[in-house]
Amino acid sequence: MAHAERQQHGAEGQQHAHVEGQQHPIGIYLKIWALLFILSTASYLVDYFHLQGYLRWSLIIVLMLLKAGLIVAVFMHMLWERLALVYVIVVPPVLLMVLLGIGALEADYTFFTRGVFFVKGLL
Amino acid sequence: MAQPVLTSTGESLPLPEGLPGIVADLSSDQRAFKNVPWGKAMMWIFLLSDTFIFSSFLISYMTVRMSTTDPWPNPSEVFALTLFGEKIPLILIAIMTFILISSSGTMAMAVNFGYRKDRVKTFVLLLITAALGATFVGMQAFEWTKLIVDEGVRPWGNPMGAAQFGSTFFMITGFHGTHVSFGVLFLIITAIKVIRGDLDNERPGFMTGRKGKYEIVEIMGLYWHFVDLVWVFIFAVFYLW
Repeated sequence: MAHAERQQHGAEGQQHAHVEGQQHPIGIYLKIWALLFILSTASYLVDYFHLQGYLRWSLIIVLMLLKAGLIVAVFMHMLWERLALVYVIVVPPVLLMVLLGIGALEADYTFFTRGVFFVKGLL
Repeated sequence: MAQPVLTSTGESLPLPEGLPGIVADLSSDQRAFKNVPWGKAMMWIFLLSDTFIFSSFLISYMTVRMSTTDPWPNPSEVFALTLFGEKIPLILIAIMTFILISSSGTMAMAVNFGYRKDRVKTFVLLLITAALGATFVGMQAFEWTKLIVDEGVRPWGNPMGAAQFGSTFFMITGFHGTHVSFGVLFLIITAIKVIRGDLDNERPGFMTGRKGKYEIVEIMGLYWHFVDLVWVFIFAVFYLW
């Protein structure tokens, strides 16, 4: 009887896995939700306590990336997708680092030029 | 004359994992994204293109902010609110952040209950998500009004410093707010489909005529989480810088 029950349960489970899409326990969403609240509070406190310099920047960027990672991995289910989809979606944005680098270089150069031509006392 | 013989193709082979899995999936016949409805793959690809749009905005903002010789208005003070006789820096933006994160949480739960075919819970959670999204847009409207009317910020200039502050601010938050507004609209449409039983009865959609399925709740969720994701970046680089 127990055996039959287990078998039935197993079949049900299999059917579930087959029919349903992403199915995970509610608890994981609640935990990630709480974690996102904590991380957001932390990033707000960075501003509230007027942290400055490298400490401020590293904290802002680390907290930002942690939050983004949690949202993509758990809320958007990337953690459980097949790697082909994950790589197709996650790898191309890395190219944006090149644009970021170009933007920063160009901005430095423009700032320098403006300093020379517009604001005589800046340099 | 040769007769065609019916042979059992048996069970489908297990899909390879890891790097060989990526190669096998992408080089495979018919469909590259296994286990994923095409609507979901398409939503992901749309979100990828949207990522590039928002990144272009944010990187342009970084470039103009780094290259201006005028002082940049301090966001911490510009977005401060006076609550209970005390001036709290950036409090409006912090509340908006919490509201959007909460809406992401309720959306994730809606997707979960959707796959459990719990119509009522999915409907209620979708409506809560839409309400939180509408609250976010409302607070943004309040923020814009305060900035335009009280502080005199315009896309071409403002009394506090660099003119680029206004143009980048209205561009980036405006584009994000538009995304949230459309999200709210589609959340309401999805909620109606759920409570009416369209997804259980596979009723054809009004636009595409495709059968209703609970995967549309997850696809809606992907869009909504993306809007939250973009806000994480805007919050960090626009408001905290």
